[in-house]
Amino acid sequence: MTLEIIGISVLWLFLFLYVIVASIDFGAGFFNAYSSFVGKQHILTGVIQRYLSPVWEVTNVFFVFFFVGVIGFFPQTAFYYGTTLLVPASIALILLAIRGSYYAFATYGAKINHRGYIYMYGLSGLLLPAALSPVLAMSEGGFIQLDNGQPYLDYWALFSSPLMWSIVVLSLTAVLYISAVFLTWYSSKAGDAKATDLMRKYALVWAAPAMVTAAGIIYELRGHNPEHYTRILDLWWVFAVSFLLFAGTVYLIWKKRHYGWAFILLVGQFFTAFFAYGASHYPYLLYPYLTIYDSFTNEAMAIALIIAFIAGLFLLLPSLYLLFRLFLFDKDYVEGKSDYHA
Amino acid sequence: MEFQDPAFLSRILTLLTLSFHILYATIGVGVPLMIMIAQWVGIKKQDEHYILMARRWARGFVITVAVGVVTGTAIGLQLSLLWPNFMQLAGNVIALPLFMEVFAFFFEAIFLGIYLYTWDRFEDQRKHFLFLIPVALGAAASSVFITIVNAFMNQPQGFEILNGEMVNISPLLAMFSPAVPTKVAHVMATAFMTSAFVLASIAAVRLLRGSNHIYHKKALFLTMKLGLVFAIATALIGDFSGKYLAEYQPEKLAAAEWHFETEEEAGLILFGILDGEEAKYAIKIPYALSILAHSNPFTEVKGLNEFPEDERPPLWIHYLFDTMVMIGMWLAFFSFVYVVAVWRNWTFIRAKWFQWLLIAGGPLALIAIEAGWWFTEVGRQPWVLRGYMTVDQAATTSGQVDLMIILFAGLYLILGIGTAVVLTRMYKRNPVEIELAERENSKGGDKK
Repeated sequence: MTLEIIGISVLWLFLFLYVIVASIDFGAGFFNAYSSFVGKQHILTGVIQRYLSPVWEVTNVFFVFFFVGVIGFFPQTAFYYGTTLLVPASIALILLAIRGSYYAFATYGAKINHRGYIYMYGLSGLLLPAALSPVLAMSEGGFIQLDNGQPYLDYWALFSSPLMWSIVVLSLTAVLYISAVFLTWYSSKAGDAKATDLMRKYALVWAAPAMVTAAGIIYELRGHNPEHYTRILDLWWVFAVSFLLFAGTVYLIWKKRHYGWAFILLVGQFFTAFFAYGASHYPYLLYPYLTIYDSFTNEAMAIALIIAFIAGLFLLLPSLYLLFRLFLFDKDYVEGKSDYHA
Repeated sequence: MEFQDPAFLSRILTLLTLSFHILYATIGVGVPLMIMIAQWVGIKKQDEHYILMARRWARGFVITVAVGVVTGTAIGLQLSLLWPNFMQLAGNVIALPLFMEVFAFFFEAIFLGIYLYTWDRFEDQRKHFLFLIPVALGAAASSVFITIVNAFMNQPQGFEILNGEMVNISPLLAMFSPAVPTKVAHVMATAFMTSAFVLASIAAVRLLRGSNHIYHKKALFLTMKLGLVFAIATALIGDFSGKYLAEYQPEKLAAAEWHFETEEEAGLILFGILDGEEAKYAIKIPYALSILAHSNPFTEVKGLNEFPEDERPPLWIHYLFDTMVMIGMWLAFFSFVYVVAVWRNWTFIRAKWFQWLLIAGGPLALIAIEAGWWFTEVGRQPWVLRGYMTVDQAATTSGQVDLMIILFAGLYLILGIGTAVVLTRMYKRNPVEIELAERENSKGGDKK
């Protein structure tokens, strides 16, 4: 395995982790707002806040980790993506800022329970994946052009492309699906039958759309980037495994059994699909300008980064374990028997 | 013309984001240590007031952390969005500390969540103290690493340029540039000092508003003592920083002091207005610049005329330098007077005018932080990577920066107002008297 592959695998893993934890976060905001809209807020809010409050900051770090890591391992990406992403990334940043600070203001601070805020928080959670996902479309090529050696983004081509919109729709449905499955499990652990029931319904509602759009994207790629499409077909069996895991999750949720396993299968489903997609994208970071080889940093820095990464994990993994022990797997806390907030 | 220039606009947006972020970042680095000390004192003295102090500070701290996190994410991404050519080049050399900063931040985020949500979960207060250590360590470590990145921009090393390409890169050498010791020490000391004075200001406000509770007096005395210690440290490190500048970045020191001709026995200029090369209405302290630069009144200090005109920093940084130094000196002196007065039982510290001075301490320290950062950043103009890359070469070519400035300015306005509103509401609704009474009650309930 070359240093380039190690680098991109590490980053892809962190992006994956961000996708999972952020989906739970974004989706929870949306479900909270939706249930408030239909008058069922009392069912969900407690469960959602108990999960989100201690971890929302950690969620954010996964994102920072990813983009700092990309620049570190592949400094050339700054040149192409930095220039072209100014507008979409700035919008995502502003949404992220409003969302994060509002959450802290409302839950730690003033305990505002104004409906307007709840809707804004829920809506921003849906806008964020929509604002972040065009990057995946851009990496397929055809949207970034070079002018006098300077890259610029062809907005018209991007916004008129069915591929980009399919990716946006997929990100939305996936967010809602992942979040619903997780919250079904979490609320069943909390012994909250009503919340479990509600989340279970949402999970079943969003399962099919997520699958359909994912298949749609593969179809879009056939016309847009045939090279990528062929590589996806070569990896068909990984996607097949992913589909089986998906079927397993839906089955368990349908049968109201083993919600913990259902969530684990879901993580497996996205893990396989995410890595198969990433592997089929290889070796391009930005088709056709940038591969992981010609954008890679120098060897000394790559080794230093990998050492720092391993050392960092020794610090991180036990801390994350402790966090989960205290808030995800602690019965009293999850059931909300005591409020230990400072 | 300038207002269509992406490089100029990128500078404005970066200035805007960083100026806003450092207010929160400074508090984010300093306050965890204060919380930790209060918790420690509480455990040692078996004094419920200090434990409560830690808890109340922590609650407000979360609000500032939240805004610090989101604005920090903004600047982290803006580095690549606004300065893609710089990151493309510097990323090869300086990615390591940037990466390590994220780990430190991660560490802090995890334990802050744990600390905040385990209050009273453990009987033993020492356990809560243990959770605070990684929070304070993580906060301090991330400031160390990010300051290392900044130090590299001021004094790049750890690579060679061969035919326009970077070769022989050494990540560790790049991390430990000569600018690191003074910069890191100064950033840390001022962050601790500022946080102490900000917390002192809050206690002073409560005392002035009529609460005569012993809790606020304890808080004020503790934070003023800490402020004094860190103000003295800051002054010492500031002196070292002057020596560093004289050695490695003489153009910055010369511009700050309007020192045009290289000469021995150089004088230090305080205040004044520049008229050509003449400082009007200024106070000149003989020999002081030579002492600041080399600890010897007779040594030579390099003047600005030694540098090509297009490599000189703007001369108005003198005002920033003066602002920073004056506030620093004042706070050191003022906190010293206060601490002595408390020991000696002098009564004038209870006078209204003195209370107002106490309140002014926190905001003044924050102004000094801003002035200091502007001084150090504007003082290395026109370089983004001193000696290698100017800001014009580093900036994006995107035409939409102006729109982004408006968006982010709006965002920071909302966040700034939000912080102020939420923090005041939080403490007004739940004054310490009520909280103390509640804690007594719940304890009484437990005993039955």
